[in-house]
Amino acid sequence: MGEEMTESTGGIDFEDEDASGVIKKFMFVNRKAPYGTIYALESLEVVLISAAFDQDVSLIFMDDGVYQIVKGQHTKAIDVKNFSPTYRALEGYDIEKLYVEKESLDQRGLTEDDLLVDVQVMSSAEIAKIMAEQDVVISF
Amino acid sequence: MLHIVNKSPFENRTLDSCLRVAINEPGAALLLIEDAVYAASKSGTFESAMKDALGKVKVYALWPDIEARGMQDRVIEGIKMVDYGGFVDLVAEHSNCQSWL
Repeated sequence: MGEEMTESTGGIDFEDEDASGVIKKFMFVNRKAPYGTIYALESLEVVLISAAFDQDVSLIFMDDGVYQIVKGQHTKAIDVKNFSPTYRALEGYDIEKLYVEKESLDQRGLTEDDLLVDVQVMSSAEIAKIMAEQDVVISF
Repeated sequence: MLHIVNKSPFENRTLDSCLRVAINEPGAALLLIEDAVYAASKSGTFESAMKDALGKVKVYALWPDIEARGMQDRVIEGIKMVDYGGFVDLVAEHSNCQSWL
């Protein structure tokens, strides 16, 4: 207040912001199949945005969400964008914590080999533990 | 009658309800589209229910939806694939149809 506005910062004091650079643990829970609803694509958009804020981001794929990362998706005939290759680009944004619930894979007759990204397969109990450690959990 | 289902069997009871009814009608057909095509995949929870259904009704799945979801190599034997033209033919061949929502 009362300080002179500078040309370079438009009057915003960036020093304060640097000092409060808190990193929170954000978890995105993906539970929907990829093309029947918009949830999977919207989740991916938000995950990519979160990467720009240097937060501690992790993703969980469970229930029909495991279908988002199944290999061999070809969407030309349904005239919808195939966004599955984007999951492989997450590593480039330093998002490397991808967890998949084993129970969900088993129910669908899927294994880790059917998935198009490197993931950590975990039991429901392990998922519960890691979920409880988060600051923010966002569900799609 | 042609029964059309479009919801994942893991998320929704629609396929169960549809089959409970459809298996009573000789000549009934079931077409799986959109997220319901996951019901056509092998070795999951729904494989035995689908195999039972195959003994009683004709089962079809929409190939563009199978392909979009990467399920090409996982389809249960006996389920016939149709393209959009085949979808139209099925609707035309049956006296009526129902989209189970």
